[in-house]
Amino acid sequence: MNQVLSFWLVQNLSGNNTLTLLLKRTEEGFPTSGNDRERVFTLKWQTKEKAVEFVVSSIGLVSVIVLLLIGFFLFKEAFQIFYKAGALQVIFGSAWYPTYDPPSFGMWPLIMGTLAVTLITAIMAIPLGLGTAVYIAEVANHRVKEFLKPLIEMLASFPSVVLAFFGMVVIAPILSNWLSPILSEKLPELLKSTNIPFISTTLADFCYDKLFIASGLNISTAALMLMVRAIPVISSIAEDALTAVPRTYREASYSLGADKWETIWKVVIPASVSGLSVAVILGIGTIIGETMIVLMVAGGAAVVPHWIFDAARPMPAAIAAEMAEAPYQSLHYHALFGVGAILFLITFVLSLISDFISKKYRAVRIGEKV
Amino acid sequence: MQDTESIHKPFMLVRKKRFNLKQGFFLSLIRMLGFAGAITLFVILFFVAYNGIHVLSWEFITQPPVDAMTKGGIFPVIIGTVALTVFCMIIIIPIGVTTAIFLSEYAKPGLILNMVMMSIYTLAGVPSVVFGLFGLAVFVVAFNFGMSLLAGSLTLAIMVLPYIISTSEEAIKAVPNSFKEASFACGATKWQTIRKVVLPTAMPGILTGSILGTAKVSGETAPIMFTAAAFFTPGVPQSLFEPVMALPYHIYVLATAGTHIEETRPIQYGTALTLIVLVLGMNLLGIILRSRQRKKKAW
Repeated sequence: MNQVLSFWLVQNLSGNNTLTLLLKRTEEGFPTSGNDRERVFTLKWQTKEKAVEFVVSSIGLVSVIVLLLIGFFLFKEAFQIFYKAGALQVIFGSAWYPTYDPPSFGMWPLIMGTLAVTLITAIMAIPLGLGTAVYIAEVANHRVKEFLKPLIEMLASFPSVVLAFFGMVVIAPILSNWLSPILSEKLPELLKSTNIPFISTTLADFCYDKLFIASGLNISTAALMLMVRAIPVISSIAEDALTAVPRTYREASYSLGADKWETIWKVVIPASVSGLSVAVILGIGTIIGETMIVLMVAGGAAVVPHWIFDAARPMPAAIAAEMAEAPYQSLHYHALFGVGAILFLITFVLSLISDFISKKYRAVRIGEKV
Repeated sequence: MQDTESIHKPFMLVRKKRFNLKQGFFLSLIRMLGFAGAITLFVILFFVAYNGIHVLSWEFITQPPVDAMTKGGIFPVIIGTVALTVFCMIIIIPIGVTTAIFLSEYAKPGLILNMVMMSIYTLAGVPSVVFGLFGLAVFVVAFNFGMSLLAGSLTLAIMVLPYIISTSEEAIKAVPNSFKEASFACGATKWQTIRKVVLPTAMPGILTGSILGTAKVSGETAPIMFTAAAFFTPGVPQSLFEPVMALPYHIYVLATAGTHIEETRPIQYGTALTLIVLVLGMNLLGIILRSRQRKKKAW
């Protein structure tokens, strides 16, 4: 059996190999004595090499197969909901009432929840992440760098459920019990007491209306914790991009009389802008896909959020919260797979974009364009 | 970097003579931004440690929970997480390392290599909850494993695959070409070279990557939510086909879904602290090992 297999492998993996040569030569009546044993020996290790290469290559394809399987199973399970309820109605439907009778599966509130949380997080996390990267790559001295880099790495693998727990137990009460009274009661009083016509009353009304935080579990709290999740992702990729900028660029800048900040702002950052944008895109991908934080902290209301202190139910939270109670093969089950499929598509597109940018970026780095 | 600093010192000294407001402002801004992440890490660590340290005791980590989780320890929970992580790593390290060997030694530039690289890249960006859905559809339902240790480990394995591949590939690519050439010159075949020269040289790097991967896996909640994690099991898992309790899921459940959220708060802090110690401890171990290897490296 073994011999048959190896024979097959040899036959199929390389057309013109020792065995076929040997066979051909025997058939043609070539003198096969003398070196015969040696040839057989060569054949053996070559067969083994081929077999190993075959096995290694097939295992190498596991990741491709896994990715295809993920796509296949997600869309297979999601197909039902898009088919039965109509793809457009499902994606743009404004009511997510999966347990009502009759149920309604409009994913728009979930999509908008993700969008809102992602936007607020991105506004905070991008400057902080890029700033951290610039600090580590350009400003910090060697010792601080050796201290900060492991810390950022540890932050990256910090369990998100603990971050969510922290947000729930600490940040949420601070927001609702401490910040909300100050912003929506003390601040308007102060404003009114200033007695500037029109401005003071308008501002005070704004504070009354908008800065009152009904519950600490809202998209701002979630965004704050998501920021902690996104900073290490953004900063580690951005730092690689910054370090990859050739030293000669900086030296040229210094020699023209630029100071450190001018060099960073006008030379290093423009030179690494594609790498930095990859960092931002992958950071956004992390924010969109992060589950535990939005599940525990975002408030869970499946409505489109209108203001930064509204509760929301972003897509990963909906999947995680409802999957346990959705009966197997019910419409709700398929709808949750539909949400997962959309999530998968979004991150897939983000990966494609960042891969495209980083390929271009590599071309620039090698110096083909500069 | 050292060179750059010494080269620019004269310029800096000249600059220092006049007060540079713009540079001073922006650089101190960058300094503050740079420390934000680290400070956050310390704040959260301090908070959890401060609240959790008095809960931790020998009984807490060796006793099962009693009285609807309000008392007792978290022994089966720790064992569950350890089992999930260990099985996940047993499954995925051989596959990940083989893929890395394929990528760095066998693959020729072309469509297949691009496809493999692209899938690894994409897999790395897939949200963890989507892996959970996949595990539910494939391992729990299609393979009929049920909510079990095995299904959870497989799901986690797929999730950590890109990380294991990329760290192993990095370690294998760091093996100098001269090592391989010397081996070839001695008459060794490609596979012999890989097995006897490349892998042993890359092994410390691969191990470090695996330790860091283990740290990542053990803190994950979303992939095991629908594939392995149970609210309560009577004891430690007896077979691969039983659901398990896991530290991250335990925190989530106690903090959100239980009927005794306030009463179990100390246990929540204790569990969170245990999880952090486990994850960050392994992380620290990996980081220390890696920096040692870098210093020791003779080539």
